[in-house]
Amino acid sequence: MKSNLFTVKRPFSTSQSSVDSKEVKKFQLLAHKWWDEEGEYAALHSMNDIRVPFIRDTLLSMSSNYHLGNPLSGIKILDVGCGGGLLSEPLGRLGASVTGIDPVEDNIRTADRHKSFDPVLAKRIQYKSSSLEEIVEESMETFDVIVASEVVEHVADLEMFIKCCSQVLKPDGSLFITTINKTQLSYVLGIVVAEKIMGIVPEGTHEWEKFVPPEELERLLESNGFSVTTVNGMLYNPLSGSWSWMESTSLNYAVHAVKAGAQAHTTDTLPETDSQQRSATAGTAGTAPDGPV
Amino acid sequence: MAALRGRALLAPLAPLGARLWAGPRAPLRSAASAPPLYDVVVSGGGMVGSAMAAVLGHDIHFHDKKIALLEAGPRKDYDHLPDSYSNRVSSISPGSATLLSSCGAWDHVCSLRLKPFRRMQVWDACSEAMIVFEKDDLDDMGYVVENDVIMSALTKQLDAVADRVEVFYRSKAVGYTWPLPSHSCDTSPWVQVELADGRRLQTKLLIGADGHNSVVRKEAEIQNIEHQYDQSAVVATLHLAEATDNNVAWQRFLPTGPIALLPLSDTASSLVWSTSHHHALELLAMDEESFVDSINSAFWSNINHSDFIDTAGAVFRSAISLLKPSGTAVRQLPPSVAKVDPESRAMFPLGMGHATEYVQPRVALIGDAAHRVHPLAGQGVNLGFGDIACLAHHLSAAAFNGSDLGSLKHLLKFETERQRHNVSLIAATDVLKRLYSTTLAPLVLLRTWGLQATNALPPVKEQIMAFASK
Repeated sequence: MKSNLFTVKRPFSTSQSSVDSKEVKKFQLLAHKWWDEEGEYAALHSMNDIRVPFIRDTLLSMSSNYHLGNPLSGIKILDVGCGGGLLSEPLGRLGASVTGIDPVEDNIRTADRHKSFDPVLAKRIQYKSSSLEEIVEESMETFDVIVASEVVEHVADLEMFIKCCSQVLKPDGSLFITTINKTQLSYVLGIVVAEKIMGIVPEGTHEWEKFVPPEELERLLESNGFSVTTVNGMLYNPLSGSWSWMESTSLNYAVHAVKAGAQAHTTDTLPETDSQQRSATAGTAGTAPDGPV
Repeated sequence: MAALRGRALLAPLAPLGARLWAGPRAPLRSAASAPPLYDVVVSGGGMVGSAMAAVLGHDIHFHDKKIALLEAGPRKDYDHLPDSYSNRVSSISPGSATLLSSCGAWDHVCSLRLKPFRRMQVWDACSEAMIVFEKDDLDDMGYVVENDVIMSALTKQLDAVADRVEVFYRSKAVGYTWPLPSHSCDTSPWVQVELADGRRLQTKLLIGADGHNSVVRKEAEIQNIEHQYDQSAVVATLHLAEATDNNVAWQRFLPTGPIALLPLSDTASSLVWSTSHHHALELLAMDEESFVDSINSAFWSNINHSDFIDTAGAVFRSAISLLKPSGTAVRQLPPSVAKVDPESRAMFPLGMGHATEYVQPRVALIGDAAHRVHPLAGQGVNLGFGDIACLAHHLSAAAFNGSDLGSLKHLLKFETERQRHNVSLIAATDVLKRLYSTTLAPLVLLRTWGLQATNALPPVKEQIMAFASK
């Protein structure tokens, strides 16, 4: 999650390595803390309460068959920047077969260890210490779904990242992104308050310069063959430790985009995605692709 | 009625076993030798534990989950219901009936045997004060059902989901090992359960439904505030002198404790008489004729009345009738008892208790393991069924979100919701029990006026009924 450090590795250049060693160390130190629900990553644990239903309901609304107890059965998901597996595990429990990748080896070790205690998850999830571009070649058009939750704000070359996503995604596949906007408010709340004053996330987790405005993310997605179906604002309440949906995307936000199919017209008839969301999301449902909030 | 008898789960060796086993805490066994892992293990297969397992087993979001139910006793099949009524019955609230419907068990109950009642009359042995609860419409206020009938219905519904719910009969858990609180990934995160026969299970969530002497509660070191009442309950199956509609639940507060008559059929009723231990023993020992006489005089006698209270009550009642000329419900007379079913008399001690916490990481307590109440409000098993409805709701949502079922996050929601409901009911029941255990004139006067006033105020009565019928 927080730990994904993608720049794009050029074939002949080692100096352009995808992994920033300074950032790797930052996340290595915390690799054993992933599964403490009350600890450093508490906000990510509780984000599952809205991002898992968001992913689940969006995918359910696009598919016609429903497997009781296993709503995501048969869906191949790539969790980019999986960290300790906080999002991979719930998706696996819902029946998806999940591949989690993360450049920080300690994260993968933690994630692997954690899922090994559950025989069902051990079968459904596989983790790999790798960056996205390293698996592109072997995974062309392999996945039905990519999730990149709290990742793109750590990526150096966002366009390259999106191109790689497009390459490993099957036609009509879904891309889910959650990240943080680049606004004055996000600087004050996301870095000054969250890191320095309240300690909700470890200090140094984020660099504001890398934050991504939704307009830019949408532009990049659309210009790389994606059609953006949903942009929802997200709000963290540090007092209750819980997330909720909101109209404004000035802080955190979630995006769902669909890779153009073999025939381009298929993307025009995409269903409204989050009609099943609770009332909290009402009003933000089905944001028009070219109409950022 | 307190339904879960403290099953003989109280294994003296349990704490020792658990400690010994906790010692090595083998880091990670190879997958082949690891004990089978269940999503949920329910300890205690009484009415509450069985209903918990059946409800989860019928939940659509638990379609692919593995549930185990541990029951110390043998499997009981009730192919033919005996003609005579069992002396252990429960008053089932409409809310509990809804819960039992959700797992399909209520249909079986209806096709086996139950008696609905429409009216409840509670009155005082020391005065004329009384209160009547009645449903205006044709709805039932509740149902009197034999515990055996509920168990039989639940067993059928457990069989229907045998692919998801595995029932271990004659299985006693002798040791529980809790996962380490630290979040290192080196030790098993699950609760380990050791059975008396040496088998082991692992579970993501352990639900303790093992009665008021709950071993789960003790092993989890959850504190229990408890108090033994100086009362025992005497139960029996009674036959009435003549056939009536018999759709009223009767309860009279005697200074020694409340006596209740619950309808079973047009000609039979079930007795729950809470009284001093000494008197209970006498009631059990006396011949059948004297026993029947004791019951009739307990309902009819005015020996505890005093002129002063009668006068004060009459004045208050006429004051109410001035304010509210439409009058209050009419007093009915209870049926007279003709005969007691041989062998149906039994007694058990009464107490109250409340666990300070209902949950811990990967543990939840439900039913009498979490709270024990005096039978006077007829709420014991209904509180347990209420726990199930609430816990199942949160677990179902957690399963649909792909969450870890044992996570404290949703368990705490269950605890907050249920404690809010249970604590007030337990406290009110305890106060009533104490208030009515005295013949002191000021207190008798207070409760006489209180009962009369409550009886005259339909909104208050409706509140009480709504609360008690959950």
